[in-house]
Amino acid sequence: MPDGVALTLSVLLPIGIVLGVFLTIFALLTWAERKALGRIQNRLGPNRVGPFGLFQPIADALKLLTKEDIVPQAADKVVHFLAPVVTVAPAFLILAVVPVAKGFVPVDLNIGVLFALAVSTASVLALFMAGWASHNKFSLLGAMRAVAQVVSYEVPMVLAAVVVLMAAGTLSSVGIVEAQRGFGGWFICKPWGLVGFVIFQLCAMAEVARTPFDLPEAESEIVAGYHTEYSGFKFALFQMGEYVAALTMGGITVTMFLGGYLGPGSDLPKIGWLVSACWFFAKLGIIIIINIWARGTWPRVRVDQLLGFAWKMLLPLSLVNIVAMALWHFAPNKIAGWLVSAALLVAAIFGLVKINAGKAFEKRSYRFIS
Amino acid sequence: MNGFPGKGLLDGLLVTAKNFVGSYFDGHRKERLFTWQYPEERMKLPERSRTFPFLVYDGSPENLRCTACKICEAECPPQCIYIVMDRDAHGKPLHRPKVFTIDTSVCMQCGICAEVCPFDSIKMDCDFERSRPGRFGELLAHLSDLLKSNEYYHQIKPAEAARVDATRRPIKRPPAAAAPPGKK
Repeated sequence: MPDGVALTLSVLLPIGIVLGVFLTIFALLTWAERKALGRIQNRLGPNRVGPFGLFQPIADALKLLTKEDIVPQAADKVVHFLAPVVTVAPAFLILAVVPVAKGFVPVDLNIGVLFALAVSTASVLALFMAGWASHNKFSLLGAMRAVAQVVSYEVPMVLAAVVVLMAAGTLSSVGIVEAQRGFGGWFICKPWGLVGFVIFQLCAMAEVARTPFDLPEAESEIVAGYHTEYSGFKFALFQMGEYVAALTMGGITVTMFLGGYLGPGSDLPKIGWLVSACWFFAKLGIIIIINIWARGTWPRVRVDQLLGFAWKMLLPLSLVNIVAMALWHFAPNKIAGWLVSAALLVAAIFGLVKINAGKAFEKRSYRFIS
Repeated sequence: MNGFPGKGLLDGLLVTAKNFVGSYFDGHRKERLFTWQYPEERMKLPERSRTFPFLVYDGSPENLRCTACKICEAECPPQCIYIVMDRDAHGKPLHRPKVFTIDTSVCMQCGICAEVCPFDSIKMDCDFERSRPGRFGELLAHLSDLLKSNEYYHQIKPAEAARVDATRRPIKRPPAAAAPPGKK
């Protein structure tokens, strides 16, 4: 085989595998999410197409492909067309640095996490393009909300990631996974890691605009937000971008806090790659379950609650978390580190909740009703 | 503040988890999963539900209860009933309808025809699957479409049909009424 062909293959093969696997998971995820939400709401969920409704994603895709593509007359045609494409691109770009299995990462960038965080923020550009180009008030409102939300949640998200970088001492995603070796080595097993995981997970949910943070597309308030004026396959692309972004952000969360592909058996000589891939996808499944469960449970927050939660609760907490990590690092021994950082974080959480607690309404008394 | 921060959120998660797990174990339509899977499962409609009138006959369609008295035609608010009395060769009324049509597109399902009928002949049906392939001729229900047996009446509305059977008097018709009723 000539060198050029081999090189091209070695580049294209991982991309193909990762794209294929994640697109399959995306299709199954839409089905699983609707099924799980149905059960949570005492319904059966989709059950008409194929066994247990498993072919529902195919039917949906065919339906959306055959629908008419409507572009509003006053829309900015070029930007309106580009927005869905720009939504999908960053979602897939993050996959480039997610180590899916031992020794299997499309690109082992030495700034992997920085790349992932930067690219994930780029999705807001697409949302604003869509909202602006549609020339529709609901779209623009949704886009403005999206910008406010993503910009606000980006800050605590990066600060929550900082503790991981401090612990691992590297920005490479493979390096971060390798730093979590050993029993209890996963960063989520440490007090600062647990708090960091919760902050990062909440911010990731807000970043990809999933319920309870789905204000940019709140259907009961602003029709469908930024994709009000999208139909047919462009709408499908928005959905796909959103779901794939949720998946890939889950992959980043797994890499940073849940030990990535590490787990018992992931270092076996021959089948290590398979076992490690299973570990990665099992952990990703847990993140997905958390996402679906939260979506089925929590109602959408108000705009002021959304921003207040980011700036008044998550941001100070993530700053305290960095201090806790530093105390952990400089503690004379492990037990002291545990006690000090855990105590600091618990105190910070209770303190922040106390400070932020709104005034409770007094019990009303009525003049003529005893 | 009750408990620890975020307790309310976790309580909510517990409730939905109970629903999720319970939907697999609590059984179909007992505690959870209340949906009727319509084409496969059909709910028995309550006795007092009504959709569209039908004409009751006893035993065979020749022995129908309707005497073509036209009270229902006169009382019908949107005037969707049209009746023509059947007559013998001498023009003597045979006390049964020659033509009895109800226009589905006009009928407003009020049930007044069933209330005013002195012969307990016209009653309200529970059948809601009344879609038709056309807009005009198909929506006009003729005598042959309207006739349904007393057994069917007992099946859909047992208590009401039993009450009717207990109080109803047999209809006296002229002897020539043995001939089959004319259709349309």
